[in-house]
Amino acid sequence: MSQFLTPALTGQIINLLAAVLLLLSFAMLAQRRILSLIDLFAAQGFVLTLSTAFVAWATGQTHLWWSAGLTFALKVLLLPWILHRLIRRLNVKWDVETLINIPTTMLFGLLLVILAFNLAQPVSALAGTITKGTLGIALAIVLLSFLMMITRSKAVPQVIGFLAMENSLFFAATAATYGMPMVVELGIALDVLVGVIILGVFFFQIRERFDSLDIRHLEKLKEE
Amino acid sequence: MLSEFSWAGASAQLTEILLAVLLAPLLLGWVNQCRAWLQNKSGPGVLRPYLMLRKLMAKDAVVAHGASPLFRTAPYIVFGCMVLAVAIVPTLGTDLPYAPAADAIALVGILALARVFISLAAMDIGTAFGTLGARREMMIGFLAEPALLIVLFTASLISQSTSLATTVETLSHRELAIYPSLAFAGVAFTMVSLAENARIPVDNPATHLELTMIHEAMVLEYSGRHLALIEWAASLKLFVYSCVGIALFFPFGIAQGGDAAGLLLALPTLAFKLAIGGFLLAVIETLSAKMRIFRAPEFLGTAFMLAVLALLLHALLET
Repeated sequence: MSQFLTPALTGQIINLLAAVLLLLSFAMLAQRRILSLIDLFAAQGFVLTLSTAFVAWATGQTHLWWSAGLTFALKVLLLPWILHRLIRRLNVKWDVETLINIPTTMLFGLLLVILAFNLAQPVSALAGTITKGTLGIALAIVLLSFLMMITRSKAVPQVIGFLAMENSLFFAATAATYGMPMVVELGIALDVLVGVIILGVFFFQIRERFDSLDIRHLEKLKEE
Repeated sequence: MLSEFSWAGASAQLTEILLAVLLAPLLLGWVNQCRAWLQNKSGPGVLRPYLMLRKLMAKDAVVAHGASPLFRTAPYIVFGCMVLAVAIVPTLGTDLPYAPAADAIALVGILALARVFISLAAMDIGTAFGTLGARREMMIGFLAEPALLIVLFTASLISQSTSLATTVETLSHRELAIYPSLAFAGVAFTMVSLAENARIPVDNPATHLELTMIHEAMVLEYSGRHLALIEWAASLKLFVYSCVGIALFFPFGIAQGGDAAGLLLALPTLAFKLAIGGFLLAVIETLSAKMRIFRAPEFLGTAFMLAVLALLLHALLET
């Protein structure tokens, strides 16, 4: 480790990146446009890459470098590219419709953050890792992504919410235990990729059936 | 608790107030000039607000029929409130004999007092536009105030004191560390100041369309020296907000204690920081479009959310 990057400073940088991740989840929660939502998701992936790389550097865990590289390739480059392609093919650039109005959603989000911080407090008090403070933030982002999936009525933002949740679980793993074993990480990464491709196929099917991506139409599907 | 009276402190305090009152229109002129430059116009010149004030002072004040004494006194009260607010904020040095009398919460109160009086005066005349502007101003005020208070609370939690002078002393003496909470609070504060100073995303200071006005609609009926005082107070408000922002987020270079040399050095530092701040304000105003009035709650709700997040992050990461 270099002279300027003392352990204390690295810890602070990781905290700062965690705070930026939290901010990005709120931005995603408030975002009305699908295209900006995808860009925010890519930004989240990028910050996640940075924070993983910093943890790898600070702790000397070599497998975290691989995780960071995997995150970058998959969540910054590949998945946003697939999503952009899907949007273009589906031609759905209109504003995202939310079920609850945005200021109310934000207030709910704040409550979730308070809840998550309280839940994580006793756990992170026991942890000895450099990233122990960020566990609360990771938990908060999981809940916020969940909230985003609940409050959106269109299929594409829900999938982005799902991907954001996966991002935050990954971040939680880094925060709590310096990442999962490589096999698990590879498996999850592949699962997410396959999931997005299958959901992409679903988008086309849903639209063909209902002429819309509003998943509320799915409630009408009953066996005759 | 008032600190011991000293002539040095009193003179520093007086100099600071006088400087603020005299320099505030210059800051406004600088912001307008920068905005004109960014829009490829030649601009009115940085001294324009002074010429405007001189012109208005020389003119007769016309008062509408049926105006109560409140309408005549409101400009003086508003101006007085702004001078009081400027006296609390440490702009040049932290040794302010007046500062212990009022802390950050009182500062918000003083600004609210000015807002109440200007809104009352706008409604006093009974014209439709005045009432409209007053209602909008009160709506924005009630949304912006909690966010502003929480931003100030975050800074107070870091420095363990609600007095602005103590906050500045603590913040500029801390060891170099990254405070995510301060970054969040800074963004929230910027949003609140844009709304409170009737700048572009929320209100357009240069508008001529009465239906979209907020601040301008309230002062439509004022003329002559009354209008001059209100315009002066508005520029002072911008100055106060800029100085609070500088004091909380970039406190380096503000003189500590009764250090005379530090005070001399603090003046060019402050001018430099204000010039940068004014330019950034012009950039924000050029890049963004005025939003619909019904989007303002969303804008200020975001500011509130960021401020609360700052508070929470401070509790989680920095204790």
